[in-house]
Amino acid sequence: MPAIQSPETVEVHPDVALVARAKRGDTAAFEQLVRQYERQIFRVAQHITQNREDAEDIAQDAFLKAYEKLEQFQGNSKFSTWLVRIAVNESLMRLRKRKTSKTVSMDEDVQTEEGSIPRDFAEWRPNPEQLYGQNELGEILRKTIQGLPPGFRTVFTLRDVENLSTEETAEALGLSVPAVKSRLLRARLQLRERLSRYFRQKGLPPAGDVRGADLLKNAAPIGDTQINGGAKL
Amino acid sequence: MTCTDFLSQLTDYFDGRVEPDLLAEVQAHICECHHCEVVLDTTRQTIAIYREHEIYEFPTDLRDRLHNAIMTKCRAAR
Repeated sequence: MPAIQSPETVEVHPDVALVARAKRGDTAAFEQLVRQYERQIFRVAQHITQNREDAEDIAQDAFLKAYEKLEQFQGNSKFSTWLVRIAVNESLMRLRKRKTSKTVSMDEDVQTEEGSIPRDFAEWRPNPEQLYGQNELGEILRKTIQGLPPGFRTVFTLRDVENLSTEETAEALGLSVPAVKSRLLRARLQLRERLSRYFRQKGLPPAGDVRGADLLKNAAPIGDTQINGGAKL
Repeated sequence: MTCTDFLSQLTDYFDGRVEPDLLAEVQAHICECHHCEVVLDTTRQTIAIYREHEIYEFPTDLRDRLHNAIMTKCRAAR
């Protein structure tokens, strides 16, 4: 006789119970959430602002804001995504206050096409890890991501460094999924292009001298809009 | 499929979300276009290298200081 199947249980994220306890005034439960996400929130803030002191301040402000607005968290998204959204907003606000920063929103800096069309087609050989020591590699990676416009850097950080899904990234940034995908592609291609200067196979002509540079003049840029036509690389 | 068409599918390709009828075209393009094969491989390495390397340190003393500062502010806000 077949066993009676139990109804499918919906997996509840462990944060749900912690958030519920924290809403009832359980500080220990909130502290547990802080412990779980302080590293991630600090890292997101540091990636966006590129400044350690700012990132410390932002992490404190983001958690305080989350604590004060906990009642407003309805649980429609993951607690971590909601928290990341607060931290991103705090980080962008911090950039706006900085007089040295000329691009401060998710929209102002996405017009650039620089690096969006591949120009360097050299393979990376040997592997970057074989070419550089850990410290040197870390310096290259920091310097390269610093060069990205903040809007691209933020999308790349959430999606590729923090491993949020495309949908979660869109939710955290208040962008549509197609806008996230477009910016992510351009961020990845720009980083790839910049890293190729360090990691490209030696002995090949530098970027720009390869045949693709000429042929790509006819290629459509990769923007938020539909990509039409295009030439062979 | 042109190289531009291929680039427009790259994000979905990494996510395994290319529509089945397009997937064969994408794979055929990778086989016949060395430049796109290199772009695919080096972009994949770009993502992997940032995912695998913690480029900003988060030492214990910083973590403790930050944690205490956060909790002090939150307790004061009650």
